[in-house]
Amino acid sequence: MITLVELKNGKKAIIQKIEGGPGLKNRLEVMNIREGKTIRKTCAAPLRGPVVLEIEGCKMAIGQGMAKKVWVEEI
Amino acid sequence: MKKILLMGNPNVGKSVVFSRLTGVNVIQSNYPGTTVGYTKGQLKIGQNEMDIIDVPGTYSLSPSCKAEEVARDMFFNEKPDLIINVLDATNLERNLYLTLQILEHNIPTVIVLNMWDAAKRKGIHVNLEKLNKITGINVIPAVAVTGEGIKDLVNIVNETTIKKDKQLSKIPKMDDSEKWAFIGEILSGVQKIEHRHPSLLEKLEDASVRPLSGIIIAIIVIFITMQVVIGFGELLINYILDPLYYQYYGPFITSVVENFIPTGFIHDILIGSGYEYETSFGLLTTGIYVIFAVVLPYILSFYLVLGFLEDFGYLPRLAVLLDSIMHKLGLHGYATIPIVLGFGCNVPAMLSTRILEGKREKFIAATLIAISVPCMAQTAVIIGLLGKYGIQYIFMVYGTLLLLFIIMGSILNFLLKGESPEIFFEIPPYRIPHMGTLLKKTWMRVRGFLIEALPFVFLGILAINILYLVGIMSALSNLLAPIMSQMLGLPNQAIDALIMGFLRKDLATAMLAPLNLSPTQLVVACTVLASSFPCIATFIVLIKELGIKDMLKTVVLMLFIAIITGTILNLILN
Repeated sequence: MITLVELKNGKKAIIQKIEGGPGLKNRLEVMNIREGKTIRKTCAAPLRGPVVLEIEGCKMAIGQGMAKKVWVEEI
Repeated sequence: MKKILLMGNPNVGKSVVFSRLTGVNVIQSNYPGTTVGYTKGQLKIGQNEMDIIDVPGTYSLSPSCKAEEVARDMFFNEKPDLIINVLDATNLERNLYLTLQILEHNIPTVIVLNMWDAAKRKGIHVNLEKLNKITGINVIPAVAVTGEGIKDLVNIVNETTIKKDKQLSKIPKMDDSEKWAFIGEILSGVQKIEHRHPSLLEKLEDASVRPLSGIIIAIIVIFITMQVVIGFGELLINYILDPLYYQYYGPFITSVVENFIPTGFIHDILIGSGYEYETSFGLLTTGIYVIFAVVLPYILSFYLVLGFLEDFGYLPRLAVLLDSIMHKLGLHGYATIPIVLGFGCNVPAMLSTRILEGKREKFIAATLIAISVPCMAQTAVIIGLLGKYGIQYIFMVYGTLLLLFIIMGSILNFLLKGESPEIFFEIPPYRIPHMGTLLKKTWMRVRGFLIEALPFVFLGILAINILYLVGIMSALSNLLAPIMSQMLGLPNQAIDALIMGFLRKDLATAMLAPLNLSPTQLVVACTVLASSFPCIATFIVLIKELGIKDMLKTVVLMLFIAIITGTILNLILN
């Protein structure tokens, strides 16, 4: 398992685990970032900026700190 | 009166549906967080009168920012008779989560599947009948920007609010994981997605956030924006407004006034020293000229371009690119949106700081905008004053302000405890702007500017004339002379302009014109004006958004910074 930050640009992966408290988990979940979902990482913004990812055709920007808590398995 | 709430995820087009239903125009854009407060409108069909409220978008009923809190509070406190739940048909899975939360509370609900056309284009097919059967409530496909489906919505809203027996969904209460599983079940039965190759726009979407191509695109966008705003503004002034004013309006208004009131105080207040002079300080001469022929053209061209960028969906991508830099200034990427709005007018910019999560961030964003983001009205006058001496002087003013932005941000970030929360938001797809909506939005903003500017400019001119007459101006000039001449290197008369800056920045900057200042003195004066006191409209919004205590902090900081910056600039330039 690797984190969203480590996942290479353009690769698809399945979310395995989201660390962190219920607050963070819930915030990610209502945006459809949850365990079992397939995502595609578009890129990471410059200077260790946010990770841009795609879920079901919907694009989202998520800060590095949060992205480090999302563990995925590349497919 | 029946009460209806329009609810849904951010950026699904609630405000467009709202405008269609009520005829009340609200600003609509293609990014999450356009609506931060709420707007009320009415819909009347026969005897059936309904209040419709456009609620800020939210992903769930447990809020994570101020705008979402507004949404939750309205849902629980307003006791609505009907919820119109607007969904983005291209993204049903995420949208349905809120729908299930809403349906749990046994309030009659109608579902609108907006962006039906975009879903079709993307190869998404939704079986409406099945969806209707599963949810037990009405489902209406719609394309709100073109008006498709709105008639059906109106009919169903009318029927549902008149009917005695409430049509409620029979979906039982579920916990979160059950909800997602249920949504998965619904979609597997209702939705079919054909695979399509990414379109050119979709490829451009990704290129705009990738580090290298993103920065190149950002530079191009900013360059074109400046060129178009300034070019179109100048075109309007040189070929339409200046000729109109000098050849027709000026002579006409002068002869009318002189016919009735040949001399005296009222005559002077109305037309000042004559329309031929830009700075005659008459209500009907300079007042009208500054608003309509100096500021309005730039306001119009700025809002046209801004509206285009908003509706196209570019701004959130700029926010992603700038996120890292913004964090070093105590903000995060999404603060880009209030900042960009601030270049139009600081008032909507202050309001839109509500999309930022923390109090600390809000304070930093509001302070930085107030100090170092000059509104378009001010920019217009600065271009008018300094443009003739060369573009380098304009760059000096804006370069100083940019430097102030970075230095102040770093200092505030260091001094204020806490960290700015991480960026986390949805990036909307690129959409080709709908011309009608874009023009309507531009018109609303231009009208808003006129309604706000006219009374204050008139009031300002009146006040200045009276203050002179009573002798307060000369007393103030004497009192503040040491600061003015020693520190800023400006003549005493420039104090009028600085005082006027509290009422209207454009008028204040225009008051520098008759003082025969050198270009470098103008640079100092323009910078001090831009970074000192907020204009009265911004001041009022600041009190509302930050509270009196924080607002006072901001204002003290501004005065302090303005004088120091002005002094340093004066030392370097003169």
